[in-house]
Amino acid sequence: MTLPPLADRAIVVGARAADWREAVRLAGDALVDSGCTTAAYTEAMIRMVDDHGPYIVIAPGLALAHARPGADVRCEGLSVVTLVEPVEFGHAHNDPVRVVIGLAGVAPDAHLASVAALANAFNDSSAIAAVAAATTRDEVRAILEGRSVA
Amino acid sequence: MKIVTICGAGIGSSGILKVNAERVLQRLGLTASVVAADIGSVGTVAADAQVILTSAEFVDAIGPTRADVIVIQNYFDTEELARKIEAAIG
Repeated sequence: MTLPPLADRAIVVGARAADWREAVRLAGDALVDSGCTTAAYTEAMIRMVDDHGPYIVIAPGLALAHARPGADVRCEGLSVVTLVEPVEFGHAHNDPVRVVIGLAGVAPDAHLASVAALANAFNDSSAIAAVAAATTRDEVRAILEGRSVA
Repeated sequence: MKIVTICGAGIGSSGILKVNAERVLQRLGLTASVVAADIGSVGTVAADAQVILTSAEFVDAIGPTRADVIVIQNYFDTEELARKIEAAIG
């Protein structure tokens, strides 16, 4: 199972964020830019952390920003933001974050293919550092699609 | 055997946990249904679950339950998942 090709607009390499809100907003903006969500979805992703804490930092260095399916989601989408300077989310174990993945699903089950593909890529323990260190969108795509980078 | 994965939205991180838990169960030769759900529906979805997989942030909100509540730190670390699932149900 592989990811559908990520559009250029869905990948932001080497961004700067002052704090976790800005980092999540960058991932949300990339989803909006790729036509998958409205700005309200970005705010919902931030509210998720305000309401429940930094649990979206699901692995060392990686945050999976997401919110509920709903009217704010037009299509299933994925975005990737890498940060030049790592950002603290306040997670007990997995801070600081250098890679933020934005995820949007139209229905609870419809996104499972994307999620399984993400697991395929990131179950390789070197993948997060590799994405964080990538300097081009193609490198990011290659790692997420499980292709080796030459 | 029923395992419920919990996050804030019921998609995303609970989905990652579901996918990886299913992989680990297969590797361990264990059979269970794995359901991803949001914290708001944990009371109904997890009423008949033996195991709840989640993050530390949701333990208090899950509240009293007969299920084993297992906190996963690294959702992509299938070794951690395997160790903790096996300790709970193996």
